[in-house]
Amino acid sequence: MKSAHKTLLLNAVLLTGVIGLFGASLMWGETRVVFSHALADILAGRHSAGAIIIERLRLPRTLLAVMVGGTLGLSGAVLQGYLRNPLADPGILGVSGGAALGAVSVFYTGLMQVSIAALPLGGLTGALCAAAVLMGLVGRGGTLVLLLAGAALSSFAAALTALVLNLVPSPYASFEIMHWLMGSLTDRTFTHVWICLPGVVCGTLLMLSAGRALDALTLGEDVAESLGFRLHGLGGIQTRIVLGAALAVGSCVAVSGAIGFVGLVVPHLLRPLTGYQPSRLLVPSFLGGSLLLLLADMVVRLVAVGPELQLGVLTALVGAPVFFTRVIMLKRTVS
Amino acid sequence: MILLQARNVSLRRGDRAVVSAASLTLAKGRVIGLIGPNGAGKSTFMRLLAGLEAPDCGDIQLLDRGMGQIPPALRARQLAFIPQDGGAPPPMPVRALVALGRLPHGQADDHAARHPAVDHALDVTGLLDLCARPASHLSGGERARMNLARALATDTPVILADEPIAALDPAHALSMMHLFRQQAGQGKGIVVVLHDLVLATRFCDELVLMDDGAVIRHGPPTQVLDDDIMRTVYGVTVRRVENAVLPWALCR
Repeated sequence: MKSAHKTLLLNAVLLTGVIGLFGASLMWGETRVVFSHALADILAGRHSAGAIIIERLRLPRTLLAVMVGGTLGLSGAVLQGYLRNPLADPGILGVSGGAALGAVSVFYTGLMQVSIAALPLGGLTGALCAAAVLMGLVGRGGTLVLLLAGAALSSFAAALTALVLNLVPSPYASFEIMHWLMGSLTDRTFTHVWICLPGVVCGTLLMLSAGRALDALTLGEDVAESLGFRLHGLGGIQTRIVLGAALAVGSCVAVSGAIGFVGLVVPHLLRPLTGYQPSRLLVPSFLGGSLLLLLADMVVRLVAVGPELQLGVLTALVGAPVFFTRVIMLKRTVS
Repeated sequence: MILLQARNVSLRRGDRAVVSAASLTLAKGRVIGLIGPNGAGKSTFMRLLAGLEAPDCGDIQLLDRGMGQIPPALRARQLAFIPQDGGAPPPMPVRALVALGRLPHGQADDHAARHPAVDHALDVTGLLDLCARPASHLSGGERARMNLARALATDTPVILADEPIAALDPAHALSMMHLFRQQAGQGKGIVVVLHDLVLATRFCDELVLMDDGAVIRHGPPTQVLDDDIMRTVYGVTVRRVENAVLPWALCR
């Protein structure tokens, strides 16, 4: 089978999974709802309990799972391809830290009492500020400068977040912040979807536009440039990738909190199925990320273990063993 | 016909002149060997010739057009560059990596991999049997041939190769130099950085000798390399040996 057909088949399988889980996520939840009745109510414009649950609670939550999971998977694949490092993940840019700091500042100042949009908007502001600082720091510098700038930004944002946690007067607020930082899609509305959407769409398009350049970069920066790709400067590949990932990931973290391991694990698992070609990994990583987060969110909702498990905790619990397995497999291959 | 011409090209890094007023003229059908001791500025000069860096002063013309004015995509269709150290390749199949050479022509994936230029490049570099193998499993010499195949797949009039035979055994080094000659015979112009002066003398039409960032001598190999230049530039003396495998030996 040709490589393109294999990738097409992989995308078809993943898309089928995403569509299936999307439907399942709307049908099943904590409250039992007769889906066909609720759907009929929605179509007829009747505000029954089932229609409200599906339309206002489950639909935005499910859409966000697709967007956030997809963004994290795609960003991980793009950054791993650009940095030629399979351990790169969206968090290395420091933009997630900026989004977390923005959101935590909203908790601290009490602005979240003003509007439901205050928290994600605070996160988005933090992410955009972090992205602006990152782009300013990196300038025309290469991958090493990007990594160092990301690490510096990430550490600084983490330090400031810790400072806010340290200074927060109320233990309840402190608990709320800790809870938010673990990542979740609970109680998200269409306001969150609209706040997240522009960054995700722009960022995704920017990242997808770099696919061919990522292929060329597998042979090194000099080869990529000699093949006609401009890597640095305004409109260069690095700007597109960093700005795209920063916009998309920042927007997602602003509404969902930090959800780890998706951006790391999904491209890692799918890479062998795409012939190790970076451009072929992009769409499967988006779909794989969506699939994983939809699945994780359903588990979080449906498994009753006292207080609802935070999504970020579950993805970390699932993601870490994947890496342990990879380490064991690598050791066996080497020996 | 002049394919590539550099006139008095200079580049400074900090307060050090890495390339000083270097010139080179590459005509169609010619192989130029760029030689010189380590740190002479050969690789930097090659990067300037490839358009990967802009010189501080001087002028580089590719097919009668200023290098700075040529859009990167067009430049990639006119000039292929093989860098000194490509690093470890990914586990992509060799054919897929060679097919990346078709990217400047807007061809990618299976469409590019099936292009006759890719088949031809794999064939002439002796990689047809290895084309389905992951590139990460190739030996150093096979990687060098794969890098050349990628450059050949682009089918450019100019090829610049920075130490392409450094990792090759004598047989493969010879066959790669033959390949360069063959490509030049088909009308391409080739600049190749070499440390093997025997092969440089045998296969190049012209040698350009660099030392300390400057081109100190250029011309036919026999005029460029003499005992005096070997002593002053390379720090070795030449001893002529009668009836030996090599007609001369290098001594400290």
